[in-house]
Amino acid sequence: MENQTQAGLRRIAIEPISRVEGHGKITLLLDDEGHVKQARLHIVEFRGFEKFIEGRPYYELPLLVQRLCGICPVSHHLAAAKAIDQINGVKQLTPAALKLRQLLHWGQLLQSHALHFFHLASPDLLFGYDSDVSKRNIIGVLKEYPEIAVQGVKIRKFGQEVIRAVSGKRIHGIAALPGGMNQPLDREVYQYLTAEIDQIVEWSKDAVELARRLCLEDTELFNSFASTESPYMSLTDEKGGLEFYDGNLRVKNADGSILNDQFPNERYTDLIQEEAKSWSYMKFPFLRSIREAQGGDSGWYRVGPLARINNCDSISTPLAEHYRQDFMKIAGNPLAHQNLAFHWARMIEALHCAESIQKVLADPDLFSLDLVAKGNRQSSGIGIIEAPRGTLFHHYEVNDDDQVTMANLIVSTTSNNFAMNEAVCSAANQHIDGNEVTPGLLNLLEVAVRSYDPCLSCATHAIGKMPLHVEMLDSKGQLIHQLSKNSNGEFS
Amino acid sequence: MADQKIKVATCSLGGCFGCHMSLLDIDEALIEVEKHVQFDRSPITDIKNISKCDLGLIEGGLCNEENVHVLKDFRENCKVLVAVGACAINGGLPAMRNGIDVQDCLKEVYQTGYNLTTDIIPDDPEIPRLQEKVQPLHELVKVDYFLPGCPPPAPAFLELITALLEGREPNIDYPHRRFD
Ligand code: SF4
Repeated sequence: MENQTQAGLRRIAIEPISRVEGHGKITLLLDDEGHVKQARLHIVEFRGFEKFIEGRPYYELPLLVQRLCGICPVSHHLAAAKAIDQINGVKQLTPAALKLRQLLHWGQLLQSHALHFFHLASPDLLFGYDSDVSKRNIIGVLKEYPEIAVQGVKIRKFGQEVIRAVSGKRIHGIAALPGGMNQPLDREVYQYLTAEIDQIVEWSKDAVELARRLCLEDTELFNSFASTESPYMSLTDEKGGLEFYDGNLRVKNADGSILNDQFPNERYTDLIQEEAKSWSYMKFPFLRSIREAQGGDSGWYRVGPLARINNCDSISTPLAEHYRQDFMKIAGNPLAHQNLAFHWARMIEALHCAESIQKVLADPDLFSLDLVAKGNRQSSGIGIIEAPRGTLFHHYEVNDDDQVTMANLIVSTTSNNFAMNEAVCSAANQHIDGNEVTPGLLNLLEVAVRSYDPCLSCATHAIGKMPLHVEMLDSKGQLIHQLSKNSNGEFS
Repeated sequence: MADQKIKVATCSLGGCFGCHMSLLDIDEALIEVEKHVQFDRSPITDIKNISKCDLGLIEGGLCNEENVHVLKDFRENCKVLVAVGACAINGGLPAMRNGIDVQDCLKEVYQTGYNLTTDIIPDDPEIPRLQEKVQPLHELVKVDYFLPGCPPPAPAFLELITALLEGREPNIDYPHRRFD
């Protein structure tokens, strides 16, 4: 099934997928009875970062690679920073630098999670998957649920301001140096942050309640929709607790048993490998041990909020820990595999970030000038962190002239590539198979992908685009039905 | 701001979405903007084809054939077309690949790349062909305004939209004219 023009099948394309970051499209192949034979998510753009950063001085990396993605630039900035710390032989940052980096990262997770939940996904959850296209967006939410939308906008704003306080700019700021940070916290923005944080924690709590309520409103849909069982990968701290910046890799099997624990980051290539397919610019990583045992397409896994909440044994802040236990009790059996559970898990993490920011803002180290540590120069560095969308790998080798000679980037969304394809297949089989294809049903396929909060922009070290045009061809390739969405969102 | 509503379309070509994020960085002003602006095709709506618009904002340069197609579509439909950010204005960071043969670039990423088990270069008809070089927008179509920065700061977007509503030339003050 490697060729979408294969005789005997009808092709449907959803293009572009909207309310996700980046560019992708979905294609379906149906047989004459309308049964789904193939469903794919294609990533349609390519930028080639791994190649063109070769030859650049390594200390430029945090600034260059953050331009992979304007939604989570901080993740790339910090993963590269961790790698170049190692290149500088720095094993331990100064306390001030570490706290600033953690603060920066929490701010990033908070704003990105808020953006995804409120600006991108909430229209589906609040209005329904087949609601009026013209209002199914953040502006529609602002009009009909102003209180929810305004809180979302303000939580994101707060996260962005945390980033500005540390890096000088909300998007593509400058913060990390090899072995540390370039400046203490901005005192002026700090005033705003301390004035707002209690409110933000409160609203983040409301957001968890909201996500929980929306998930459980229709438990049947929640439990069945595009659900798929898989192993999960994430970092955890040394005690197995939720961790975004440091820690080592943990993989849990679908049944909740532990496959790998405290797996050393520098040996990540023993854990996973990647393969490419002709129909997507995004690669497909897999777990080596499972692939070796079972062959085929086996070994795919998931990362991101759901993976982290499933994987961790505890969360260090009280409110988020309370909601984690509640979540695992209701959704976990023993792990939570539900597609829509991503949203719920994402808001638990947002709450944890808000609580962590609240705590660290009281720390005088944020204004310390002891910001850079030194060490002995090495020839390679591997930076792994938990980005909003999951485990992010940056691996660089450098020569004696400080030039990058090899770069390997595995961005979070790439790890979910198989899973998103599975989700599309499962949603297509559940809802499209044998039915007349309607716009509402097609949006369900996008909803299945949207749960992953895919950053297709990062994913190809590239970026894409999309209008919706659906064509159905009969077995002979004749057009039998076509659906187009015009710019008012109407179908014709 | 004036009373009438203007129609605005936005899209990202070979960009990172940072410019779109910066537009959302107007924060609560979004509520005010909503009263005067109707969003057409944009990554934040589910409208997938552009119709006649007053303003088109494009981030990112031309990286593939699809981008070329979308840009032409925007030019045809937008009264005022703005190249937003470094990538749209001069290709930006993705244009760093212009010194390298595009096939070499693909080879490195998909064939000789680190820790890979396949050597397939994606070439399915479902995915667009890459341009030999990443190009800025004005090399293909007429661009009415250039909004500089990587990304341009939120107040610059607000000024652009306000000026259009008031029917005057936009005037971005110095601190918000960025070149980083
Ligand atoms: S100009 Fe900067 S922020 Fe805008 S798309 Fe390009 S890299 Fe991203």
